[in-house]
Amino acid sequence: MSVMKRFSMIFRAKANKALDRMEDPRETLDYSYQTQLELLQKVRRGVADVATSRKRVELQMNSLEQSSNKLDKQARDALSAGREDLAREALSRKSGVQGQLADLNTQYTSLQGEEEKLTSASQRLQAKVDAFRTKKETIKATYTAAEAQTRINEAFTGISEEMGDVGMAIQRAEDKTAQMQARAGAIDELMASGALDDVVSGPRDDIQAELDRMGASHDVDGQLERMKAELSQGSAPRQLEGSAGASDGQPAQPAQAAQPADHQAGEGQ
Amino acid sequence: MIVRILGEGQLEVDDSAADELNVLDAKLEAAVEKHDEAGYRAARDALLERVRSLGTPVDVEVLEPSALILPQADLTMDEVRKLLTDEGLIPG
Repeated sequence: MSVMKRFSMIFRAKANKALDRMEDPRETLDYSYQTQLELLQKVRRGVADVATSRKRVELQMNSLEQSSNKLDKQARDALSAGREDLAREALSRKSGVQGQLADLNTQYTSLQGEEEKLTSASQRLQAKVDAFRTKKETIKATYTAAEAQTRINEAFTGISEEMGDVGMAIQRAEDKTAQMQARAGAIDELMASGALDDVVSGPRDDIQAELDRMGASHDVDGQLERMKAELSQGSAPRQLEGSAGASDGQPAQPAQAAQPADHQAGEGQ
Repeated sequence: MIVRILGEGQLEVDDSAADELNVLDAKLEAAVEKHDEAGYRAARDALLERVRSLGTPVDVEVLEPSALILPQADLTMDEVRKLLTDEGLIPG
């Protein structure tokens, strides 16, 4: 049988089963209205849950983005220091982070979609629930229990289909959110363990440690060179002037600085 | 007749479209029966597109059950199968 008709029959069967359980048709109206309000609350909670989940993914994405930028910078620093091996390591970690980011991005889009769907489902349901309340009051005021039956059945079946649809949407959103939370939790764990480079995990960052060490040794080498140069100059007679050696170097700087100043003055005219 | 697209709402479609929709629906059904995921997707999307272009949205205040109900665009074939066997996809 047709898929569309079977779907319709399944929804209708649910409504009929619920109707059969009711004894006084007019009590059915109030009971059903209560259930509708509960479902409305549930959808709203669903929207909030999805939003929370989406924000969590957003935070993780920001964090991974920073991580990726940092690794990129480290690769550049390493390369300019002539350490291709270190640059390669940084880049390979960066590509791992990028992979996680792409995954999170997909999740983010999916959560955004669920959030929109639930929001509009909640608006649709709200409109139907309002319509049902009006109808319920009219039916109760106008008809005897026997007369009311048909009208109640109509209204009930109509709203019951909407509730089934919305209920399904919530269920799907909950399933998706649960999946994402599990994955988000896994990423948090990876970050905490240091396997995934976290921006705040400074001490665990071996690439940075190596770069710092290199930076420091470079600095030490530089100082050594300078000292050697000073000492070799020191063997010349001028060394007797002592501190004058330092002032010797100084006039050279103002002289250099004077050039741009002249240039600027020239431009000023 | 009123047609519902799950997750989207109800549309009023002229009864004269029934034959055309049934042809598309038969393709959907055949695909689901054969576990043909690609065929399912194609048939589902064709059906959705046709109903969307033919239908006009039903006023949200209307409390009437739908004659036909369609799976929405992101409902997988597995979900449709579960729904058809009524394995609790509709809560309550």
